[in-house]
Amino acid sequence: MHPAPSVIFFSVLSGAGFGLLTLLGFGARATSQGWPAFVFFAVGFVLAVGGLLSATLHLANPKNAIYSFSQWRTSWLSREGISAVAALSLMGLYAALIIFFDIRVAPLGYVAGALCLFTVFTTAMIYTQIKAVPRWHQPLATPALFLSYALTGGALLAGAVAHAGFLFLLTALIQLWHWNGGDKAFRNAGTNMNTATGLKGAVRQFESPHTGDNYLLKEMVYVVGRKHAFKLRIIALLFAALIPSFMMLGEVKHLGALIAVALYFTGTFASRWLFFAEAEHVVGLYYGKR
Amino acid sequence: MTALPETTQTKLGLVIDLDTCVGCHACVVSCKGWNTENYGAPLSDMDPYGQAEGTFLNRVHSYEVVPDLGTAQTVHFPKSCLHCEDAPCVTVCPTGASYKRTEDGIVLVNEDACMGCGLCAWACPYGARELDQAAGVMKKCTLCVDRIYNENLPEEDREPACVRTCPAGARHFGDLGDPDSDVSQLVAERGGIDLMPEQGTKPTNKYLPPRPKDTLDTDIDVLGPLLAPVAEQPKGFLGWLDRALEKL
Repeated sequence: MHPAPSVIFFSVLSGAGFGLLTLLGFGARATSQGWPAFVFFAVGFVLAVGGLLSATLHLANPKNAIYSFSQWRTSWLSREGISAVAALSLMGLYAALIIFFDIRVAPLGYVAGALCLFTVFTTAMIYTQIKAVPRWHQPLATPALFLSYALTGGALLAGAVAHAGFLFLLTALIQLWHWNGGDKAFRNAGTNMNTATGLKGAVRQFESPHTGDNYLLKEMVYVVGRKHAFKLRIIALLFAALIPSFMMLGEVKHLGALIAVALYFTGTFASRWLFFAEAEHVVGLYYGKR
Repeated sequence: MTALPETTQTKLGLVIDLDTCVGCHACVVSCKGWNTENYGAPLSDMDPYGQAEGTFLNRVHSYEVVPDLGTAQTVHFPKSCLHCEDAPCVTVCPTGASYKRTEDGIVLVNEDACMGCGLCAWACPYGARELDQAAGVMKKCTLCVDRIYNENLPEEDREPACVRTCPAGARHFGDLGDPDSDVSQLVAERGGIDLMPEQGTKPTNKYLPPRPKDTLDTDIDVLGPLLAPVAEQPKGFLGWLDRALEKL
C-alpha cells in the first residue's frame, strides 16, 4: 500500500495526541492547573487536531467531507470522525474547567479519555477491517498496535515515566507480534493467482492491461523501498520502544525527556511507514506483483 | 445508508467467457467512451500524449497458463466491477456515496457525496474502483445503468456497452438471480466460477473457465491418410493372374 505522508502523519500525531489526552482524562498530571495544565492539554490538542487536519489532505474531494459523519452504522471511518469530534469537545470542556476555574470533573475526564482511546481504536479498525490487505486484517494485533503506540506516546508526553517504561516494552512485544502475524498473513489468507483468476495450473502475467501507470498500481501495489524493511524494523523497535524504555529506568529530566520524545516519534514514523509499505493488497496479484 | 440490502431478488451482472475472449480490448474502449460521454464525471486521462494513464472501469489482463499436463495457453481476462452481494466497498464508505441497489443489485457511487478518500478502492480485492485524478471522485462500473433501462435506445442497445460491442460474444449480461435466465443457464452449463471466493464477497459476475482441450481416442497421425500403404494384394485381372501363377 502507498505510504501516503498525510496518512502516516495523521495516524502517528493524532495517535500520540489522543494517547496524551486519554491519560490526562484519566487523571495523569492531576495536580497541574492553570498554565502547566494548559500546556499539557494544548500539546494533546495540537497533535490530535493537527493529525486530523493532515488526514483531510488525503481527500481528493474534501468539499463533501461533511457527509462523512453520516454512516456510523457501517463505516469505521465515519465512526472515527464522530468519535474524534465528541472526544475533543468533551475533553475541551474538561480542560477548560481545569485551566480556567480549577474545577476537575473526574467523570467527565473518564468519559472524554475513553472516547479519545476509542478514537484511536476506530483509526486502527479502518485498516483492520480490510480483508484485501491480509497484513492489516489481524483482528487483535492491529488495534493493539495502534493503541499501544498511542498510549506509549501519551505516557511519554504526559511525563508519566513509571507507566511509560512498561508501555514501551509492551509496545515492542505487540510490534513483534504484529510483524510476525503480518509476515504470514498473505499466505494464510489463501488468495493467490489461481483463486484470483480461477485458472488452473501455473498462472503468470503475460501482458499488463495498460502500458502506463494507474491509480491501482500507485495506491495499492507499492513495491518500492521494501528492501530497507529489515533495517527500518530495527530502527522502529530501538527508537520507538527499547532505547526510551531504558531511559525511563533512570531519572528523566527535561532534556532526556525531549530526546526520548524525539526517539519515539522517529521510531513510530518508521513503524507506521512500514505498516503501509509492507502491506500487500491482493489486487497486486492481477498485475503479477505483490 | 451504506448498509447492504439483505438480499436482492434481481442480480444483474456479467458472465465473461474466458474461452472466447480474444483480448481485443474493444470492451475497454467502448466502456471508456460511453462512460465519458454519459453519466457522471468523465473518465479522465492524465498526460495523454506522454506517459499516458487514466481512469478505466474495465481492463483486460492477459495471462499465461501452464497446466500440469499439456501445453501452455494464453488467457485474456477482462475485469470490471463484479457487483458483489457482500460488497466490502459499500460498507466502508463514510459518506454514504457508495451503495448497492435493492432493485437490481448494481453497486453505484453517488458522486455528489463522494469525498475521494479512496477507502472503498482499498476494500475492493479486485481493483474494480479507480479514483479519477481530475474529478477527485471514485469511478466504477455502473453496469451501464444509463443504457440498460434507457427507453430512448433501441432494444438491442439496452445492455452494457462492453457486452454490446464484444465482437467475440465473450460477454453476456443478464439476471443471475433468476436460475432460468440465459446467463444462469450458461453458468450452470459451463461451470462458471467466482473470483477470489475466499474473500467472501460473493461476486455476482461469473467467469467461464477455458474449455478443456479435447483429446483423440486413438493415435492417429495427421499425415496418415496421405501415407496409406499401396494394396499388397492385387485385385481384378492382376489378382487372378497372381493367384493363377501361384498355383502353377
